[in-house]
Amino acid sequence: MTSVATRPVAPARGGVVAAHRRRASRTPWWVVVAFLSPFLVGLALFVVYPVFATLYYSFTNYQAGSYLPTQWVGFRNYRDLFTQSTVFWEAVRNTLWMVIIMVPLQTLWAIFTAVILTRIKRGAVVYRTIFFLPAMVPIVATALAFIVMLNPVGPLNSLLGHVGITGPGWFSDAAWAKPSLVLMALWTVGNVMILFLAAMLDVPTTLYEAADIDGASAWQKFWHITLPGISPVIFFSLLTGMIYTFQYFTEAFVASGSANPVLSSNQSIGYPQDSLLFYTTEIYRQGFQYFKTGYASAMAWLLFVVIFICTVIFIRGSKRWVYYAGATR
Amino acid sequence: MTTLEARAPGRRESRPFQYRKVLMSVANHAVAIAVALCFLLPFAICVLTAVMTQSQAGTGALWPRHWSWRNFGDVFSAMPFARDLWNTVLYAGLSTIGVLLSSIPVAYALSRLTWKGREVMFMVVLATMMIPAQVTSLPLYVIFSKLGWVNSLRPLIIPSFFGDAFSIFLLRQFFLTIPQEMTEAARCDGANDWRILTRIVVPMARPAIAAVGLFAFLYAWNDFYNPLLYTGNSTNSQTLAVGLTTLAKSAHQNAYQLQMAASLIFLAPVLLLFFFAQKVFVEGVTLTGVKG
Repeated sequence: MTSVATRPVAPARGGVVAAHRRRASRTPWWVVVAFLSPFLVGLALFVVYPVFATLYYSFTNYQAGSYLPTQWVGFRNYRDLFTQSTVFWEAVRNTLWMVIIMVPLQTLWAIFTAVILTRIKRGAVVYRTIFFLPAMVPIVATALAFIVMLNPVGPLNSLLGHVGITGPGWFSDAAWAKPSLVLMALWTVGNVMILFLAAMLDVPTTLYEAADIDGASAWQKFWHITLPGISPVIFFSLLTGMIYTFQYFTEAFVASGSANPVLSSNQSIGYPQDSLLFYTTEIYRQGFQYFKTGYASAMAWLLFVVIFICTVIFIRGSKRWVYYAGATR
Repeated sequence: MTTLEARAPGRRESRPFQYRKVLMSVANHAVAIAVALCFLLPFAICVLTAVMTQSQAGTGALWPRHWSWRNFGDVFSAMPFARDLWNTVLYAGLSTIGVLLSSIPVAYALSRLTWKGREVMFMVVLATMMIPAQVTSLPLYVIFSKLGWVNSLRPLIIPSFFGDAFSIFLLRQFFLTIPQEMTEAARCDGANDWRILTRIVVPMARPAIAAVGLFAFLYAWNDFYNPLLYTGNSTNSQTLAVGLTTLAKSAHQNAYQLQMAASLIFLAPVLLLFFFAQKVFVEGVTLTGVKG
């Protein structure tokens, strides 16, 4: 029981019951295989084979579509990444910037908006719908709308001008392009916010009542009751946010492509001045534009390993600060 | 807000306390309204820009001088909008069917059948969600191009018929909550597992299946990376997500009003789905099961 309850995944209630009952009848293996067959075939074709093929490519100079013979080059692709490419390090820096700055900001904003919703009695549904709605908008539409809104001579800067602020160049300014993407991420916070809201409403009210009797302030109640109560969601939000941001692609690709006044989307990766050059957009450029498949495969595998290591470290570290109600310590 | 103030005097509370409560409620609503305006601003700008004329869009004007409703019609001639829309519908519709058909039996095997290695297999399903698309897409592109599938919708639709890890996960979580007695009774009556799945589990899991179908549909509708890879250079199979980004680059450069009008049409079905299936959706989000 405890081992199930300490996992971030919902406790498998039915499964626990079934295990306790020790049903004698095991399902015949061929029935199990038949039910699993779509996934087993998909796993082999679309996951296991590609993952190992990428690993193999990464040690070759393979170029998809080229008639040149493919040669085994050992670790050369990996060595080139670290030693010869300044663009690679630019992509790494930009990606880490997003992971370190955007992900915590988005989580804080999600908590803030969820707190607002818990404090509203009347009209809460209306506010909840408004706060959540942007999360439904397709990423491409969001990016296009933000490019229009954040146009250097566009509506937002003209609004800011009315109150005496000279707005920045946003997506056209290398210093402001990443903060503009952060704004976009804050706008589409709805899914995470709903999880925080559900977790906050799940905190037993008796705890707050007891704190009231003890004369606790609103801030003390939030810090000592709400925060531990929602810590599993904080964990979930940071973890999934980190994994997502390591693979951040669409927002950056569309923002660079559509904010660039002249070049096509494919030609303007990283615009302006490589400030929106992220790890995955660089993989795309190397792998699907230059068709340096081997080199791009090395990048992709490196990303995979880094995400895996970061996830393991994060899960290990989380045991110290994530509190699961019902888990025995 | 006025209703709140009108209601407050009816309470039998000491005056200062009551006064504080009203003040608190006003403050809360003020913050909520400010935040709501931030969330609504991009929508407002998008809608207003969509009905501006070419000369006004993108100039920083906030209110359209002439309401140019014909932009919504012009979108269809400025880009192959109808074709892209049809492709998007095909991709989203068929892949939703594929995800549901293939994921339901797998989720059943991972929740209602007893066999050795079930938990291990479940961990494998979860692990596949962690693999970045970039790692698998390089060899998959090679395979699909050798099959001659690139520049068609096939690389987008066909893989969805082989189980989707996230959908399997969600369905499994729900199937586990169905009481064991329900299926045991049928089993005693001689029903086999296929019958139990189709006659008992699927009807009982309708809310979860609706949520999973909704997620799959929205995923495909919004998907950008895969359509970009496989149909990005195609003249016939492009989807809207990719098509919208090329609208900005075609002869209609800086036609912000057309971009916004097209984005709104692209967005409309999603919002309609959301408003009609809001309950399904919220249930689905909470089904992801972090509140445990």
